[in-house]
Amino acid sequence: MFYRSHVLVCGGTGCTASQSNEIIKQFEKLLEDNNIENEVKVVKTGCFGLCEKGPIVVVYPEGATYSRVTPDDVKEIVSEHLVKGRIVKRLLLGEKEAEDVSKALEDVGFFKRQHRIALRNCGVINPENIEEYIAREGYLALGKVLTEMSPAQVIDIIKKSGLRGRGGGGFPTGLKWEFASKPQADQKYVCCNADEGDPGAFMDRSILEGDPHSVIEAMAIAGYAIGADKGFIYVRAEYPIAVTRLNIALKQAKEYGLLGRNIFGTDFSFDIEIRLGAGAFVCGEETALMTSVEGKRGEPRPRPPFPANKGLWQKPTILNNVETYANIPAIILNGPEWFSGIGTEKSKGTKVFAIGGKINNTGLVEIPMGTTLREVIYDIGGGIPNEKKFKAAQTGGPSGGCIPADKIDTPIDYDNLTELGSMMGSGGLIVMDEDNCMVDIAKFFLDFTVDESCGKCPPCRIGTKRMYEILEKITEGRGEDGDIEKLELLAKNIKASALCGLGQTAPNPILSTLRYFRDEYEAHIYEKRCPAGVCKALLRYVIDEDKCKGCSLCARKCPVNAISGELRKPYHIDQSICIKCGACMETCKFGAISKV
Amino acid sequence: MSCSCGSTCVDPKAQELQKVIEKYKNTKGAVIPVLHEAQEIYGYLPLQVQKTIAEGLDVSLAEIYGIVTFYTQFSIYPKGKYNIQLCLGTACYVKGAGQIYDRLKQELGLDKDGTTKDGLFSLESCRCIGACGLAPVMMINGEVYGRLVPDDIPGILQKYRDAE
Repeated sequence: MFYRSHVLVCGGTGCTASQSNEIIKQFEKLLEDNNIENEVKVVKTGCFGLCEKGPIVVVYPEGATYSRVTPDDVKEIVSEHLVKGRIVKRLLLGEKEAEDVSKALEDVGFFKRQHRIALRNCGVINPENIEEYIAREGYLALGKVLTEMSPAQVIDIIKKSGLRGRGGGGFPTGLKWEFASKPQADQKYVCCNADEGDPGAFMDRSILEGDPHSVIEAMAIAGYAIGADKGFIYVRAEYPIAVTRLNIALKQAKEYGLLGRNIFGTDFSFDIEIRLGAGAFVCGEETALMTSVEGKRGEPRPRPPFPANKGLWQKPTILNNVETYANIPAIILNGPEWFSGIGTEKSKGTKVFAIGGKINNTGLVEIPMGTTLREVIYDIGGGIPNEKKFKAAQTGGPSGGCIPADKIDTPIDYDNLTELGSMMGSGGLIVMDEDNCMVDIAKFFLDFTVDESCGKCPPCRIGTKRMYEILEKITEGRGEDGDIEKLELLAKNIKASALCGLGQTAPNPILSTLRYFRDEYEAHIYEKRCPAGVCKALLRYVIDEDKCKGCSLCARKCPVNAISGELRKPYHIDQSICIKCGACMETCKFGAISKV
Repeated sequence: MSCSCGSTCVDPKAQELQKVIEKYKNTKGAVIPVLHEAQEIYGYLPLQVQKTIAEGLDVSLAEIYGIVTFYTQFSIYPKGKYNIQLCLGTACYVKGAGQIYDRLKQELGLDKDGTTKDGLFSLESCRCIGACGLAPVMMINGEVYGRLVPDDIPGILQKYRDAE
């Protein structure tokens, strides 16, 4: 059937949380009411990436992008745009409020600088319909591999492309496949790491929600390359939409004979099962993930033996991350030279980042390696809200570190980030402004690792706890001379002796904040002062007597009655009662209350 | 769980659990999927349920208990009627999720994650739920509340109290 218009509605987690399902229902109902349900097709897609402005609705052929659409807005879009052909300007995604021209999605600043390979189908196709994936050259790469290439040739292409693991480590993918292809075994496994635990990173979820078949196809290709006929996708239980769509995708792939026995009439067979995580960050570590798939406590085991020789159930196994897999079909179809032509010398291709925190355009972006942090934050991310000053960006989550303002022009790639004391990680990029305290941020990440440490090895189990306690002491104003040195010593020893990646990288947030913001630590310890005004124990709310009009508003707002005074005379705050909630400062109409 | 009335009636939940165990009996690495489904059925994983699973899958109760307590998704305590999950992921944290957490604890009379005395609410701090565009975010029984400020909390809780 031919449709004159297509309405694409984002069905990612972020937009679903702001009622995109309701919006779809409204569209379907109103199209029917206007008798144009045979002319206009509504498609629920994956994430467009611009989560900040969600829910997003795009109407083709015009390419009109509507942002922050509510179910009530649908009526206007249907009656004005779809019936009368007049674009609803007030809902258009404009870069500035004043701009009222219609723009194709590709021309919006947020999308213009992106290069979408892993996200090529996200926000474009209906992820619950395999035919839409096939129409976008889906499963063509698998067909090509199975009918025209030998396993060694496949590995060679991946090696030549320069693709490195997108989950964090950055290990060359082709090399990993080659290692696993060597051993002789009666059974091998292909695993997919979709246990995206890094808080603030959600690219893997978006790929699974928006383009699940790209991962399935790539796993089958990997299976052919190493000689495996069984795959497992280990996905977080916290991602219900992703799990549902994966299940639908697997079922459809089996029905179409793209998974199962004798795929494309060859003697290659491959099948995939889903395993749900159960909320353990350490299960993102490869050996822990495999232990968890085996149905045990997800504790890591020492390497060697490496999974390429003894992985899942002691059989040769490869484990790649979702985003890594999503690149594979495109590399097979376009050739390794195409892929290695993008990016920097040692980091090829693109990387998806989830930008969040103090940034205007929170969302998902895919950029060529080598793009600078400045471009990501200002050109794509739209800068920092409320004209605050950029302080640092945190990459790599609890295993990574921060990039300070004076390094904002560094091209982002694996090696540059490592050199700066951070890491690529899975791609979470949290922007912080002058209101964020770096000691507090380090404490936040340590709290995370203490909580998520599996407890198997003492350096991580005890060491991270000790580091956390020191940070707690410092932020509570009990820091003393020698604390920084103690932190540094602990960090060095934990890095050297922890069993797995979680422990070995746990000190990174401390080391990196110490490297760039040592003065903040020192202010906390020696001056008992939190320069950003975050650490409660170190700040006081005070009333400026010259500005206070004595209106009593703050005194009435104070939940603990710490403020007293006489009407029309300056009030004052009793510091021994004050709980530092900040309610008074928000209430004051004269700006008389400040944090010191 | 068995009842003590002495009659031969069967607990529908126990029946369902048996079906789940049958389904996974011959699957490699079945324990975690079974625990997930058991928690769906009961809302949490009381000792008796763990025992049934241990017997059904022929693994020791100690191993089951070890797994249940290892993963944060599994709970051995019943949850409140309304389960509040507050995201304490990085994006939410830098946007003030800590203050939301303090306010929730204050309003619910809890000093950390837990269930209120009347069993109406349980509070659970969780890792990123992936709605970073709406930070700071919380979910109450799956319903998402975004772009929160501490003063939103009393009103939201009241909505659920009023529904009682």
